[in-house]
Amino acid sequence: MKVQSDTDLHVTLRGVKKVFHAEQGDVHALGPIDLDLRRGEFYAVVGPSGCGKSTLLELLAGLSSVTEGDIRFEGQPIGGDIPDGVGVVFQEDACFPWLNVSQNIAFGLEQRRTPAALQDELLAHALGVMGLEAFAKSYPSQLSGGMRQRVCIARTLVLQPRLILLDEPFGALDQQTRLLMGEELLKLWRDTGATVFLITHALDEAAMLADRIGVMSARPGRLLETVSTGWPVDRDSRIVESPEFGQVTARLWQRLREESMKSIGKEKRA
Amino acid sequence: MKWIPFLRVAVILLLLGILETLCQLGVIDNFTMPPPTRIAQDLVNILLSGKLNAAIAKTLSNAAIAFALAVSVGIVAAVLIHATPSLREALDPLFATYYAIPVLAFYPLLIIIFGLGSIPKILIAFMLGVVAVIVNTLNGLDRVPRVLRKSARIARLSAVQTALKITLPYAAPFVVTGVKFAIAYALIGIIGSEFIMSTDGMGFEIAFAYNNFDNATMYPLIALVVMVSISANMALGVWERRILTRRGLQ
Repeated sequence: MKVQSDTDLHVTLRGVKKVFHAEQGDVHALGPIDLDLRRGEFYAVVGPSGCGKSTLLELLAGLSSVTEGDIRFEGQPIGGDIPDGVGVVFQEDACFPWLNVSQNIAFGLEQRRTPAALQDELLAHALGVMGLEAFAKSYPSQLSGGMRQRVCIARTLVLQPRLILLDEPFGALDQQTRLLMGEELLKLWRDTGATVFLITHALDEAAMLADRIGVMSARPGRLLETVSTGWPVDRDSRIVESPEFGQVTARLWQRLREESMKSIGKEKRA
Repeated sequence: MKWIPFLRVAVILLLLGILETLCQLGVIDNFTMPPPTRIAQDLVNILLSGKLNAAIAKTLSNAAIAFALAVSVGIVAAVLIHATPSLREALDPLFATYYAIPVLAFYPLLIIIFGLGSIPKILIAFMLGVVAVIVNTLNGLDRVPRVLRKSARIARLSAVQTALKITLPYAAPFVVTGVKFAIAYALIGIIGSEFIMSTDGMGFEIAFAYNNFDNATMYPLIALVVMVSISANMALGVWERRILTRRGLQ
């Protein structure tokens, strides 16, 4: 069972702003953004390309620090330091090609000097959940793109993060694989009870997976609107057949269309 | 494709056979070069008699020291240089022109400083090899995808851990290329300096035999040098193929 209440805030962003300093002048990439993630919720962000979605994720992951504002995870500020309990899955293939699937998944456990017996247990569980048992001894080069992304998800999952950040994790996969991986992601989310923050450019993906969807503006990225889907917790990909799914997607597109045109126009002028 | 290794061996045997025939027929006279079978016999005799064991051991151990130094110093230097862009920019022209410098020309200078022992030879061999290791390792480090560096940060690895567990393993195929160069350069550096000025070692013995028209010593030693170099390279080749196969690069 997921415990959800509005007071149970897991992640808070207050007036978060990111400006990149470049020789040609400063680039205001993001913000100001105010956002609360409830513990255990599935939150997705959609936005036009170049709107700063990935920048937002890097800030949450502690990979870069805010120019202004404050991000807190479980009450502790994230100030360019990698917080404990946060897992990240990137769009790019982040498998370690010199390690086999088991070694890839166990990498973080080794790093934390988890006792061998517990390691084996967690590894076996992660292999099972991600359907990778048959490939435990395979090397990433022998796997398809979808399988490699499973390995990366398993590598994050095995560390039992309380906040999972996903940066277009299925962006490089074909449509059928995306749908199925999305379904598995929902299952993982239910099983782990973790808070999930998903960045995607695919409206249907966001609409199918998330409890709430934040629509971002063209650069500098701000949250224009938050759409609540109202899906039941035990949803799966069949939700795309429902009329409500069409309404959510339509609502997202309505807000995004204008912004996407703005960002395309910007690129043309640039 | 299973017959390809046999074909390769057959090519070598064929060339040796031609050489043997030419020597036996007197087209190549025996004062210039004894037939390969004779060289092989002489080599066995030399090794069994043990009279050159000290020279062989000296050369191989010096080459091994120079090789180990070039590889370890080269890899550490590459990681440090890669982490310091300004240092890299300062050194790039040196690396680009380094192999235009005849390092062996410094040998007399090194003898003046360190005396006529092993140290100048090891330094020459080290200087020849180390830059090949640095340049190839840098090349590999440049190719580490950003996402792997990000993953290292997410896993909260320190700079040293990131190098040992992420960037160097990723760069391994390139490091191996540098290591192969280091083996070849170690032997070239040691034997080359032994030729020029030395009191012991295989290079010295080859030069000594040459000056005394002693083909029964000179040719077997040359053959031995070639065999050692090729064997070391082949051993590394096995390791390299294993790495490349894992990555689906071969």
